[in-house]
Amino acid sequence: MLNDRVKKLRTDSREARPRISMERARLVTDAYREHAGTVSPPVLRALAFRHLMRQKRVRINEGELIVGERGPAPQATPTFPELCCHTVDDLRVIRDRDRVCFDVDDEDIALQRDEMIPFWQGRSMRDRIFSEMTPEWIECYEAGIFTEFMEQRAPGHTVAGDKVYRKGMLDLKRDIGMAVEQIDPDADPGAQEKLNQLQAMQICCDAIVEYAGRHCRAALELAADEKDPGRTEELHRIAEICRKVPANAPGTFWEALQAYWFVHIGVITELNTWDSFCPGRLDQHLYPFYRREVEAGILNPERARELLQCFWIKFNNQPAPPKVGVTMEESGTYTDFANINIGGLRADGSDGVNDLSYLLLEVVDEMRLTQPSSNVQISKRSPGRFLQKAGEVIRRGFGQPSVFNADAVVVELLRQGKAIEDARRGGTSGCVETGAFGKEAYFLTGYFNLAKVLEITLHDGLDPQTGKRLGPGTGDPRCFSHFDELVGAYEAQVNHFIDVKIRGNHVIEKLYAEEMPSPFLSLVIDDCIENAADYNAGGARYNTSYIQGVGIGTTTDSMSAIRHHVFERETLTMDDLLSALRTDFCGAEKTRQLLQNRTPRYGNDDDCADELMRQIFEIFFSSVEGRPTVRGGTYRINMLPTTCHVYFGAVTGATPEGRRAHVPLSEGISPVQGADLHGPTGVIKSAAKMDHLRTGGTLLNQKLTPDILEGESGLRRLAALIRSYFLLDGHHIQFNVVSADTLRAAQDEPEKHRNLIVRVAGYSDYFNHLSAELQDEIIARTEHGRL
Amino acid sequence: MASGLVYDIQRFSVHDGPGIRTTAFFKGCPLDCWWCHNPESIAPYREVIFRSDKCIGCGACTDACPGELPGDERLSGPGECHLCGACCDCCPTGAREMVGEKMTPGELCSELEKDRVFYEQSGGGVTFSGGEPLAQPEFLLASLRECVRRGIRTAVDTSGCADPDVLDQVADEADILLYDIKHTDDRAHRKYVGVSNSQILDNLQRLARRRGGGGLIARLPLIPGINDDPENLSAVGQLLADLGIRRLHLLPYHRAGTEKYPLLDKQNRLSNLTPPGSEDIGAAKDRLQKYGICVRTGG
Repeated sequence: MLNDRVKKLRTDSREARPRISMERARLVTDAYREHAGTVSPPVLRALAFRHLMRQKRVRINEGELIVGERGPAPQATPTFPELCCHTVDDLRVIRDRDRVCFDVDDEDIALQRDEMIPFWQGRSMRDRIFSEMTPEWIECYEAGIFTEFMEQRAPGHTVAGDKVYRKGMLDLKRDIGMAVEQIDPDADPGAQEKLNQLQAMQICCDAIVEYAGRHCRAALELAADEKDPGRTEELHRIAEICRKVPANAPGTFWEALQAYWFVHIGVITELNTWDSFCPGRLDQHLYPFYRREVEAGILNPERARELLQCFWIKFNNQPAPPKVGVTMEESGTYTDFANINIGGLRADGSDGVNDLSYLLLEVVDEMRLTQPSSNVQISKRSPGRFLQKAGEVIRRGFGQPSVFNADAVVVELLRQGKAIEDARRGGTSGCVETGAFGKEAYFLTGYFNLAKVLEITLHDGLDPQTGKRLGPGTGDPRCFSHFDELVGAYEAQVNHFIDVKIRGNHVIEKLYAEEMPSPFLSLVIDDCIENAADYNAGGARYNTSYIQGVGIGTTTDSMSAIRHHVFERETLTMDDLLSALRTDFCGAEKTRQLLQNRTPRYGNDDDCADELMRQIFEIFFSSVEGRPTVRGGTYRINMLPTTCHVYFGAVTGATPEGRRAHVPLSEGISPVQGADLHGPTGVIKSAAKMDHLRTGGTLLNQKLTPDILEGESGLRRLAALIRSYFLLDGHHIQFNVVSADTLRAAQDEPEKHRNLIVRVAGYSDYFNHLSAELQDEIIARTEHGRL
Repeated sequence: MASGLVYDIQRFSVHDGPGIRTTAFFKGCPLDCWWCHNPESIAPYREVIFRSDKCIGCGACTDACPGELPGDERLSGPGECHLCGACCDCCPTGAREMVGEKMTPGELCSELEKDRVFYEQSGGGVTFSGGEPLAQPEFLLASLRECVRRGIRTAVDTSGCADPDVLDQVADEADILLYDIKHTDDRAHRKYVGVSNSQILDNLQRLARRRGGGGLIARLPLIPGINDDPENLSAVGQLLADLGIRRLHLLPYHRAGTEKYPLLDKQNRLSNLTPPGSEDIGAAKDRLQKYGICVRTGG
């Protein structure tokens, strides 16, 4: 259980109010004022990073063992004006909104108005992106056909590999030196750019070492005033560690955690990367240190546990940077998506589960924090005991860990052309995204509203919500004589909107590659140094861009309803259907009931519906898969929503499966809320008909009542459900184990349920932090229990 | 091939045998237990049930009825209604529902096979329940053999009120038999179950001899005031001990079925019965365990 130190740190972390700190904005602006226009973009970014590392306040929290905060205090969150320069109104909204709010001081609003806005307006990435997008793109974006991930956050979605534990910054500087020597300025027309990039990386190496050195001095200063001899000794130890890492490779378990943490702070201070940053396969990386020290009697498992718990708190201290607009809608949470992987495979294909895997599961259970998130990677080699242990944590009902199919992850990566060792060292990050950890820049570029495109298809290219023509004319569906004509029209519309999206992506990716490199992040991702190219510019060994499909359940059921009622049974004409949709089923309740209840629906292991799901999947897949990106990578799809199914639902009118206008779409690849009537095995069978192996991740949510998982037999059932899904090549499954009654009670009396954490979509959040729509949506997801 | 009447196929059934199972509920039962929580399982023919809370009064059923469905009056059972199902097919909300589907063993087993992967991963399989599955002997045997052929493990949940020869044949095919005991006292049995218990007890003896207690699990519904008295519990314990049956599922009465009675226009004779508390269940369990029986609450 938690000792007093960890208890206190945990309470401090949970009770600190998120607030905006202008420290970073000020420092970055100073650096830009001084250097912009005089140096190359990567060097400018490096100088801004160095200024931050030299000047930002150093904070060592009382009692902590791992040090380094992004802001000046826990939960104090910087802004990134070079990406998104908030308006004064934005800051007021961030301060005053009901959820995911941040305290903002009046003087900070004044500072924003008087100094930040005049400097950054028209210069921030957000302003530049929106000014460079075509009117067509803007209209589609405003209609909610797709979202744009990079409009106020930097590309990220990346995870550290083992480099952080093998090499210190001094080693990386040597690597940089070698890369410089490889460049032949006479033969290579890109030589200067490469040299600029390497110079920037080198500046970043020195900067993070300086930052660690400042912590060393701060720890010694604290030690000098410390009365408690135990703490004095700890502070001396901390100082010693900060002197050593990240300049040098870590030599101990504690040093390894601290080395990672400095890198983490570096990455999330350099830019506001999506999904923050993540140590990935933590049990694999730390195990050599752990085993060596435990065997030598230097480290006992309890001390390791305490260090890990202190490490966990560091994640929880850093909420996601404040989001506004559509980005807030698609990802409305403080959670910043670091997702620790536990278990999985080793590079040689053997089972990766070790003693530390079990210890990490205990830490997850004891900490019960929304950050970092955690998952188990289950392969066919994973021992039953490990899955059982994970099941024990899952059934406590706070939504962690989620469960991934490590074998499927390997196949997904292999299919994308990765080396098998890199695939086995990979895992999943963010919500469910597959990646070759430490070696891949995989950008999520935006959600894609599959249901909205059907709405537009049914209106021959017009958006009935605005009356604007957004898509090509693909025919008046009232004139279609076969269902296949509708499918063909839908395909044409999907292709059109994906074209629009990707054309926009090209411009945005190029802007990031050229103007907003991340030389510090590039240090730790292979092979940016060797390639002398930035993470944002294709420097990584593998480069992938994703578009995430949302609402496949809603879209499948809608298509199924049309086929069944309009084309097969002829219980309705297309005209009847369209007028019912137009009026949001006003005066057409019978029609709505018929569509909702008498349609073969996805999630019931019914091939009639599930085949349509496959067809829609293929349409989306084919429209995206394999297209080239600006930075030399490839487009792929994945199927996850975060909270975007709520936003996409809000912009989509009534749909043919009886869904009323503006309510959430189905989330992930889960069936429409309440449409699955044959229990979890039916859902799993339906979901497994999707070809997960051709995605970079899918998200399946299951809600189970606690009684289903009671006792040993309950755990065995849970394990069997998971193993079965994975035998069928399912990618991921997560469980909400909490009764609908409990959730309703929490809605009625939120103050009594402050601790209630639920699984949302690829992450867990406090139930009280969710919007009312999302709360209702989670309650509505079918609760599979005893009949 | 003999077809049969099935009224429900419940996947992810976790209370009718080991592992993850699918339970096929056969329609038709020779017993008439007061506590029956599946009253729709009793009649050996299709029935229309009507859920008034789901009805939106759209009138589709009256329009569709080829007979003389008067106004919004509901009809069920043979006689007035020919059970053509037109009213159910057109009902937009599912307020009208036809209970009972005719299936061949092949059709049934194709449905049951859908969860094969879960059976294999969990050590589960298929359970034939009811109603009384042995009341459709040819259909049951053919379905069991079809499961065996497809490599699916099986269980049969029976009241034991069946032809002994049929029981023998079923016992030869099924991996597990779940055998209900309701009451050891014949008078009480006649009153609350509607038939004498003599054939049921004889069959149990016969089965125990034949299988020696292997793959045989007794099930006792625990109905307050009816069969939860110490005398009956002791008698059940003694009987099982004598027969060498070591496993018993104790199934405490629950009210889940009470809402179904009005849908079928049936009288619930136990409408005011309160389910047993955990102390009552614990006491019953203790009493039965004294006979060396391994007792599990729930299936």
